[in-house]
Amino acid sequence: MNSPTQTRTPTDWKSAEMQRRIKRRYGAETRFKLLGLSAVVLSAGFLAFLLFTMASNGFGGFVRTSIAVPVNLATSTAMIDPATLKAADAQTQLNNAGLDAVMADAATKAYGDTGPSLIAETGWTELRDALIADPALLTKPAIITVPVSSDFATALAGEGEPAQLALAKQIKASGKISSSFDSHFLSASDATDSTQVGIWGAFKGSLLTMFVTIILAFPIGVLSAVYLEEYAPRNRWTDLIEVSINNLAAVPSIIFGLLGLAVFLNVMGMPRSAPLVGGLTLALMTMPVIVIAGRNAIKSVPPSIRDAALGVGASEVQVVFHHVIPLALPGILTGTIIGMARALGETAPLLMIGMRAFIATPPSGISEPASVLPVQIFLWSDEVSQGFVEKTSAAIIVLLIFLLAMNGIAIYLRNRFETRW
Amino acid sequence: MTETSTLKMIARDVSVWYGAKQAIDKVSIDVTTENVTAFIGPSGCGKSTFLRTLNRMNDTIPICRMEGKIELDGDDVYSSGMDVVQLRARVGMVFQKPNPFPKSIYENVAYGPRIHGLAAGKSEMDAIVEKSLRRAGLWDEVKDRLTESGTALSGGQQQRLCIARAIAVSPEVILMDEPCSALDPIATAKIEELIHELRGRYAIVIVTHNMQQAARVSQRTAFFHLGTLVEYGVTSDIFTNPREEKTKDYITGRYG
Repeated sequence: MNSPTQTRTPTDWKSAEMQRRIKRRYGAETRFKLLGLSAVVLSAGFLAFLLFTMASNGFGGFVRTSIAVPVNLATSTAMIDPATLKAADAQTQLNNAGLDAVMADAATKAYGDTGPSLIAETGWTELRDALIADPALLTKPAIITVPVSSDFATALAGEGEPAQLALAKQIKASGKISSSFDSHFLSASDATDSTQVGIWGAFKGSLLTMFVTIILAFPIGVLSAVYLEEYAPRNRWTDLIEVSINNLAAVPSIIFGLLGLAVFLNVMGMPRSAPLVGGLTLALMTMPVIVIAGRNAIKSVPPSIRDAALGVGASEVQVVFHHVIPLALPGILTGTIIGMARALGETAPLLMIGMRAFIATPPSGISEPASVLPVQIFLWSDEVSQGFVEKTSAAIIVLLIFLLAMNGIAIYLRNRFETRW
Repeated sequence: MTETSTLKMIARDVSVWYGAKQAIDKVSIDVTTENVTAFIGPSGCGKSTFLRTLNRMNDTIPICRMEGKIELDGDDVYSSGMDVVQLRARVGMVFQKPNPFPKSIYENVAYGPRIHGLAAGKSEMDAIVEKSLRRAGLWDEVKDRLTESGTALSGGQQQRLCIARAIAVSPEVILMDEPCSALDPIATAKIEELIHELRGRYAIVIVTHNMQQAARVSQRTAFFHLGTLVEYGVTSDIFTNPREEKTKDYITGRYG
């Protein structure tokens, strides 16, 4: 025992023991910093690798390879009345005018017996469109640029049978092959031929589904959060509700798909494969996330602001709508966007409600059959044909851009509404 | 009590419980318009709790229960007929920590009149805002930057902004809950000066930790201890000639 009068030996800050301890403390700090930095570098590396792979694979998906085919309608077998070209339904009439045979003949003439297999099945539509644009083609020869078939596209890319490869090399050397940006990929829908597929149908399906989701999940989620946080009494029932919501947020998404199948399709008889049902299902999945984020955001609004508003005589509703919600909005939006991003990338629950069907036309409304981007990617990745590989990657790029745009909007909104104290 | 005083608020046998714990035990006090009333006492003695019963701010605390009677101009504050929104407009409050809304200075002051519909049109609102800021002694400092955020002001300015915000709804009583405890001495002096100027126009009740402050700004002082009102009287009497031993011990710094 030390008596109070006993003097303490002064600390020797310069002793070897003390120096070692200080060094050890700084060492620990440096190690921790390096560890954190390497974690960041590692994850950034993975992300860069992923993006690079997607971009390099998917780039081909946006490129359309075409082949030049000389066509002379004057000498062909097709009988086309110049008057039909002026008609309003010229396109429909020309569809049965045997232009596909004309195109096949022209390809044979230009590239030998395998010629017709080089051009895409729907290649004759290029001739049709060119003809409608310029009726003079009926009487003079012309060179029509036609998309190549998927097999030939594969050969051009350097894969396939040796005979085809040699042919591809020869034609390529002759300068008859051209590449251009494939606007068709952005404007068309699913198809059986990989050169004909497009992303627009699935994109529009995703857009409609997200629309239904946010229209339902955002107001219901925010209102639930406000009620639970501001008005609900604290008792066993609200505790139960809170636990249930937290659990719902962790339920695997496919279960929501089963729920959608059982309730929306079987009980309520809603249309199969429709964005309406997809949106409803995803809204169920997104809502708990919004409620949890919303409650946390509302909780973090300082009580002094509530006091201040109550102090000048604001009613409780006024306190909530004039002060609490505006201040909580950035947090609520962050939660919403996390939920929406998850919903956008969701595949499993949508498979359950039939959104995996082959849909070749873009949906015109929320009750029309549709596909969505992630499901489309899933379906294409399942295809055996070589051409679908790059289309899959291209679709992933579109999905990522959609996601980035959505996050960008969220960040913009958050910064706009953010209040600094 | 001077005879000329007009009674603004009276409290009779007010008791408050937080759950099972009693915070205030049978406190009776009169508040007059002519005098600034100060509540002093050690931490946890219930002075802030009592202050908050006067405009029913304790209603927001679910476990808080109140007994007794509080009247404002003869109307029972806790009767079912009393609209709490109107009550808080008539009995304004300034809090311990300056708490301006994270909005512009103008909006901070205009908020109260707007929700109560006190101004018909922009020019009337401008007049209310200017008058309130002038009364709070803040106008000259902020008149050129009314659109700036209220939170960008200094602590003392923020507190005066909060006072302007309370004044803007033309209250009859202003409750101040340790309004200077977060401020430096210069800002404190400004607030005290302001309280002097506001006296007579509004009934002012101020809770303070600082006995010198109570002595400087108030004409009536109530000394609270452990939830009971120990002594209530003219400030100069309390400080120079306390009747109770406890009061004397507290103001001479023996505890608290």
